[in-house]
Amino acid sequence: MSNEEVVIAVKDIIATIAPDEDLSGLALDVRLRDQIELDSMDFLDIVMELRKRYGVQVPEEDYMQLATLKGCVDYLGPKLAGKQLVQTAAR
Amino acid sequence: MVITGVGLTSPNGDDLQQYRSNLLNGVSGVVNYSIRHVGETLAGVCNFDPLRHQKRKEARRGTRAGAVSIYCAREALKDAGLAAESTHIGGHARDRVGVYIGITEHGNVETETQIHEVAQYGFDLSFWSHHHNPRTVANNPAGETTLNLGITGPGYCLGGACAAGNLGLIHGLQMLQLGIVDLALAGGVSESIHTFGIFASFRAQGALAKHDEPARASRPFDKARNGIVVSEGGALFTLERLDDALARGAKIYGEVVGYYVNSDASDFVLPSSDGQEACMRGALASGGLAPEDIDILNTHATSTPQGDEVECEAIRRVFGASPATYVNNTKSFIGHAMGAAGALELAGNLPSFDDGLVHPTINVEELDPACEVRNLVLNEPVRPARVERVLNMSFGMLGINSAVVVERYRG
Repeated sequence: MSNEEVVIAVKDIIATIAPDEDLSGLALDVRLRDQIELDSMDFLDIVMELRKRYGVQVPEEDYMQLATLKGCVDYLGPKLAGKQLVQTAAR
Repeated sequence: MVITGVGLTSPNGDDLQQYRSNLLNGVSGVVNYSIRHVGETLAGVCNFDPLRHQKRKEARRGTRAGAVSIYCAREALKDAGLAAESTHIGGHARDRVGVYIGITEHGNVETETQIHEVAQYGFDLSFWSHHHNPRTVANNPAGETTLNLGITGPGYCLGGACAAGNLGLIHGLQMLQLGIVDLALAGGVSESIHTFGIFASFRAQGALAKHDEPARASRPFDKARNGIVVSEGGALFTLERLDDALARGAKIYGEVVGYYVNSDASDFVLPSSDGQEACMRGALASGGLAPEDIDILNTHATSTPQGDEVECEAIRRVFGASPATYVNNTKSFIGHAMGAAGALELAGNLPSFDDGLVHPTINVEELDPACEVRNLVLNEPVRPARVERVLNMSFGMLGINSAVVVERYRG
């Protein structure tokens, strides 16, 4: 999965979890929670979806790595290498 | 204490007007239905739009029972002409509003779903949702309603099996009487058609309805009745003190003038004519009423062979000498809406104070002699000489009985 595809993968998960949000203008290096309404339960949903869709386990001590889309690319990039992009959110 | 607003979703209507119209015109809400592990069966399915009052994220995070409750609560407030504002609900401070919702059960749907989910992953519990607990706590439907409306007064559920719809109303009334709240949203809800367990259990008990034509499956008092049609739904009422309702010029559906709750203490599932008789007499006594003061007796009858017979015996004992009392049944249209049943069935009969009609019990092709009671309204509505009071009965497993009497407000 390329870096661009990692961003698409994460945004697709967020679109499922926060379906009322407009994700088109999300900045890469700003905290997601400062751009859209996401609480701790939503964040756990993101971790769960990564587990279900890609078999990626994110230990609690690494949660902060997913605070921004850029952080997601850096942290998840190696873990998603070779994985097929899954897109399920309604468009 | 008066009812000033009705919000409901039923298998045959998502507001009181549509629901009443279908009850007068013989329109059932029972359809073919399929659920995992059970397969093809029948159910009463609601078609309200949850997104009318919830954001998509809220609906995703919450439960079906929560969605039903929010819909009913918002519609009841609207019907009552009470605005839901950020600081006040219908002019009352948010902490002076209570939410009291009767439920038959809650949490089975979510638990089954989670077990189904982790089964796909070899029962690895890292796939068990963090949403499980907030979705399954017993106050979930009321709690979701307080979140949606910003209500900060007491909000919780009352577990009363299939007597629960009346319990919500009764408890709301008591909280108004105690001065704990100034406005109550009260009634009952059910999401039970989304749990396969309830179908499987009724089937194991030999109490699940079967019929080639879904609309004819729920047939209380008919000789060929063979069981319950499980339904979902909800009805919540706005309850206010009479003075408050008059001061704001509210439409008054009726005044709650009597109620009673008791227990059979005799069996886990089998009903008791003795307990039901005591419940009806208790409700009459609480309002200082005699049997002949009741014009409509809305039965609980669920279309099971034994249950209907037991209830009719109790009715004959109490109302056998009351020629003024007409007897009907709402489940024949909508199936058994469990925790919502009592509230939905009362709601369906409140318009009788305005239109003067008694809706019938439908699908009676051959009346079971064991279910003969005086003035049973069969298949077509009737117009009695007067409709001043409705007695609504709801009974549930473990022997809980509830009855509510509502009177026309005469001003």
